[in-house]
Amino acid sequence: MAEQRMGFFTDTTVCIGCKACEVACKEWNDVPDDGFVFRATSYDNTGSLGASTWRHVAFVEQDGRWLMMSDVCKHCTHAACLDVCPTGALFRTEFDTVVVQPDVCNGCGYCVPACPYGVIDRREDDGRAWKCTLCYDRLRGGMEPACAKACPTKSIQFGPLDELRERAQERVERLHAEGMTDARLYGESPDNGVGGTGAFFLLMDEPETYGLPPDPVVTTRDLPAMWRWAGGAALALAAGVAVCFAGRKP
Amino acid sequence: MAECHPVGFQWVMEARQRGTKVFHIDPRFSRTSASVDRYLPIRAGSDIVLLGALINHVLSNGLDFREYVLAYTNAATLVNQEFRDTEDLDGLFSGYDEETGRYDPSTWAYEGDMPEEEELTEGGRHHAEAAGSDSYGARGAGASATPPSDPTLTNPRCVYQILKRHYSRYTPEMVEELCGIPPERFRELAEAVTANSGRERTTAWVYSVGWTQHSVGVQYIRAASILQLLLGNMGRPGGGIMALRGHASIQGSTDIPTLFNLLPGYIAMPHAHRHDGLDDYLEREGSDTGWWGNRRAYVVSLLKAWWGDAATEDNDYHFDYLPRLTGDHGHYSTVMGQIDGKVKGYFVVGENPAVGSANGKAQRLGLANLDWLVVRDLVTVETATFWKDAPEIETGELRTEEIGTEVFFMPAATHVEKEGTFTNTQRLLQWREKALDPPEDCRSDLWFYHHLGKRIRQRLGGDAIDRPVTELTWDYPEIGERREPDAEAVLREINGSDADGRPLASLRELKPDGSTSCGCWIYCGVYADGVNQAARRKPHTEQGPAALEWGWAWPANRRILYNRASADPDGRPWSERKKYVYWDAEQGRWVGPDVPDFEEDKAPGYVPPEGAKAQHALAGTDPFIMQSDGRGWLYVPSGLADGPLPTHYEPHESAVRNTLYGQQSNPARRTIDRAENPYNPALSPRFPYVYTTSRLTEHHTTGAMSRPLPYLAELQPEAFCEVSREMAEELGLENGGWATIVTARTAIELRVLVTGRVRPLRVNRRTVHQVIMPYHWGYGGGGVITGDVVNDLGSVVLDPNVYIQESKAGTCDVLPGRRPRGRALLDLVERYRHG
Repeated sequence: MAEQRMGFFTDTTVCIGCKACEVACKEWNDVPDDGFVFRATSYDNTGSLGASTWRHVAFVEQDGRWLMMSDVCKHCTHAACLDVCPTGALFRTEFDTVVVQPDVCNGCGYCVPACPYGVIDRREDDGRAWKCTLCYDRLRGGMEPACAKACPTKSIQFGPLDELRERAQERVERLHAEGMTDARLYGESPDNGVGGTGAFFLLMDEPETYGLPPDPVVTTRDLPAMWRWAGGAALALAAGVAVCFAGRKP
Repeated sequence: MAECHPVGFQWVMEARQRGTKVFHIDPRFSRTSASVDRYLPIRAGSDIVLLGALINHVLSNGLDFREYVLAYTNAATLVNQEFRDTEDLDGLFSGYDEETGRYDPSTWAYEGDMPEEEELTEGGRHHAEAAGSDSYGARGAGASATPPSDPTLTNPRCVYQILKRHYSRYTPEMVEELCGIPPERFRELAEAVTANSGRERTTAWVYSVGWTQHSVGVQYIRAASILQLLLGNMGRPGGGIMALRGHASIQGSTDIPTLFNLLPGYIAMPHAHRHDGLDDYLEREGSDTGWWGNRRAYVVSLLKAWWGDAATEDNDYHFDYLPRLTGDHGHYSTVMGQIDGKVKGYFVVGENPAVGSANGKAQRLGLANLDWLVVRDLVTVETATFWKDAPEIETGELRTEEIGTEVFFMPAATHVEKEGTFTNTQRLLQWREKALDPPEDCRSDLWFYHHLGKRIRQRLGGDAIDRPVTELTWDYPEIGERREPDAEAVLREINGSDADGRPLASLRELKPDGSTSCGCWIYCGVYADGVNQAARRKPHTEQGPAALEWGWAWPANRRILYNRASADPDGRPWSERKKYVYWDAEQGRWVGPDVPDFEEDKAPGYVPPEGAKAQHALAGTDPFIMQSDGRGWLYVPSGLADGPLPTHYEPHESAVRNTLYGQQSNPARRTIDRAENPYNPALSPRFPYVYTTSRLTEHHTTGAMSRPLPYLAELQPEAFCEVSREMAEELGLENGGWATIVTARTAIELRVLVTGRVRPLRVNRRTVHQVIMPYHWGYGGGGVITGDVVNDLGSVVLDPNVYIQESKAGTCDVLPGRRPRGRALLDLVERYRHG
């Protein structure tokens, strides 16, 4: 990689749920609206991340507490979407982010079930797969992604992943010292099931509370083993067949 | 604040991270509530009980900042013997006239300061009739620079003792009873506010229309002012009362006003029957002491800016050219005038009263009875399309073919398509450049009025009656093919210039003799040295903490008003921690990071000579320089229509009895008793629920700037109401289903959001349910989403000082399901009115 790995640190403790990230993302990336549906689920009317919602603010109402979190593509170290893409439309950039090239994508949709977070999705009208590009074009122009730029409270922070991880660790320690023992990081560890995410979060509750999988695993993790087993099985079958034929009397 | 001012709220979040404790007091649990240390739910319309109880807590525990209070407020001033408090008259002050529903404020005056009775009676009537209370810093009539006082604060007629008695029954128990806030929560708030006030610390209050849109709106703010003065939180860093405005540059539109009763710079609009000429007007309007004592210079300079060489000393600088008031010409009386056929034409600019004003039906009936209507906006707002899609068309109350109003829709330029200033809530003017030309026929407001003015002038002849228009200075340079007037030329005119045309540097240069011109005296200096000071953008990292080189703040680029109060009477900082503007004896001047809001070289020991005028009449220890006595007014001897002290009155339509007084509601409130504006009876079992209107981050006011944008519309696509689980259960309301909300005006339907964020309150020992309704939807408006108009529910009942409607506290009934259509809707409402 020519560049440092870049990513997002989304600190939900300072998110005020203004959705500027959702709007800025759509403005910059020319993402269409996602329909006009009153969902009666707190202040969330876009539902989840999808082909036409690349930043999504979740609103979780608890007793005396209202949690807000701006979710986004995790830009995994081990990205299953990229692994399964047969056309090469999905690729890893010089910033170590994962991006779909719409002019290459053929809409096969393999990437959709491959994502352990349910992020990438196909758009009904054109069939192609879409997701957050971490504003690849802006990064190439030396600018920060639109959502981070628009965030008024610095809940969304953009930068070199190493620095973000360090900053996040300090923030968690400070929150713990202030008695907010619920504070925890999500996705920052290189030891997790996807080898760490390029976009990670500071949460105030269990990941499930925000609609995030507690222990995501890259769906292609077992592929080599599966191929080995399949290969072994094929060999065994072939051997068995050979034995059968070999055992025949002339 | 997080909900409606998310960008400004970043500073609150930053302050919190640095240890500031933030409370949020609101009927609804909003995004702000989610981001603070403590949220206190309150019954809509009960805030003066809470603020009064905080005042009582401070006074009865001796927690006031005594040195500050004695030196800088009117706490020691004696009030005349005739004054009677609400404690004596069960909720009325002395001077109330049952018949007219108005006060004669003469008995509220300071001791020995009672001017001629006729003058004060007339003054009181004037305030009540023409919302005079926000002109001239609420005037200074009836208050001299040095009224009699008792520095021991023991005389029962001194302001301090009157205040103490007035609030003695505003107790934590009363807060629980009327606001629904438990005593332990009140105690926590009271302790935090008082612990964070004094020499070392300050507390700030932030409010928006949740405090103003009441029949006692002005007194809400007054109550906060009293508390802040008692705690020494005015004129000091980290203190103050911040008014969050509802739109960009609303501050600017009061400074250079769109209000009927004001001229630029809070100068009173002359009255047709009260003022004969300039001298008479200046004599009657305002005090001779304090900075308003210079008002002749401000008024004459304004007249010179408008009529230039035609304005001379011999013709009173054409004071006679100014329009005159004859009474209330506010928004709601204008609408009633339309319904009555007295108002024939109407300009609506960047506003959408068919959706945004209280009692939408009355608004639309008025629009339908005009000869002509001009609407300037970005999209065809409901005010421009009412004739084809108003709810009254569906009910048959209006028929398109019978509406004679000729509607002219003039497409407007957006904020990025024109240049000019925004003035924000801290009085900061920031210049913005034009990014691109407006498309097609869209034009800036400046272009519109400039060219409209030119065309009108062309059509006028030489008749004397036309001269106020034909003699106006209307010579703005035009730029480019579209002949856009030069906005900077307008700013230069506002700044003012001397006889040689040189830009003035400061309002102190303004002269009463016609040798200077100035379009708005408080803005004088914004073009100092011929430089657009509002366009300065030096980053905060490259300058001092007051950031004096970012934009320009009125007056004189002062960032904290009345900052003389940040030092003690001797001119020393109250503490090192809160050091701001202080007296440097060696230099013989006030110094600090800000521009002193005081004469730079007036020593703390200055004692005014006998008979001194204007600022010279104020001592070196009088920081509130716009007041006639230089003091912060805990008690207001004149200038308010509904009493010298804030008093709790229930909203006009209340579900709760006022247990503090026999007087249920503000006795001076303005009602409009007409068939178009029926009221819910107070305490009516037909309307058992309390409602308040609100806003969401995703939308802007009536939705004209957000509903047409898919990216915003999808985030909050449908009009909804928020109700508690308990209320939903009681009424059978389903989350995601529909509810019909009914008042005496109409019934509307909204989607239902059942949420634990809304909680029933215990008030007067019974459960009170509140319904929260964002008001961003309308029937059209070029929007991709539409919905019923929440403000159609509201009545027109007004604060008597400024004529704001009481839209933040009303009563209603709620039914599950959608509303009836057509004639059946009228039948439903009719049953409620008479049932």
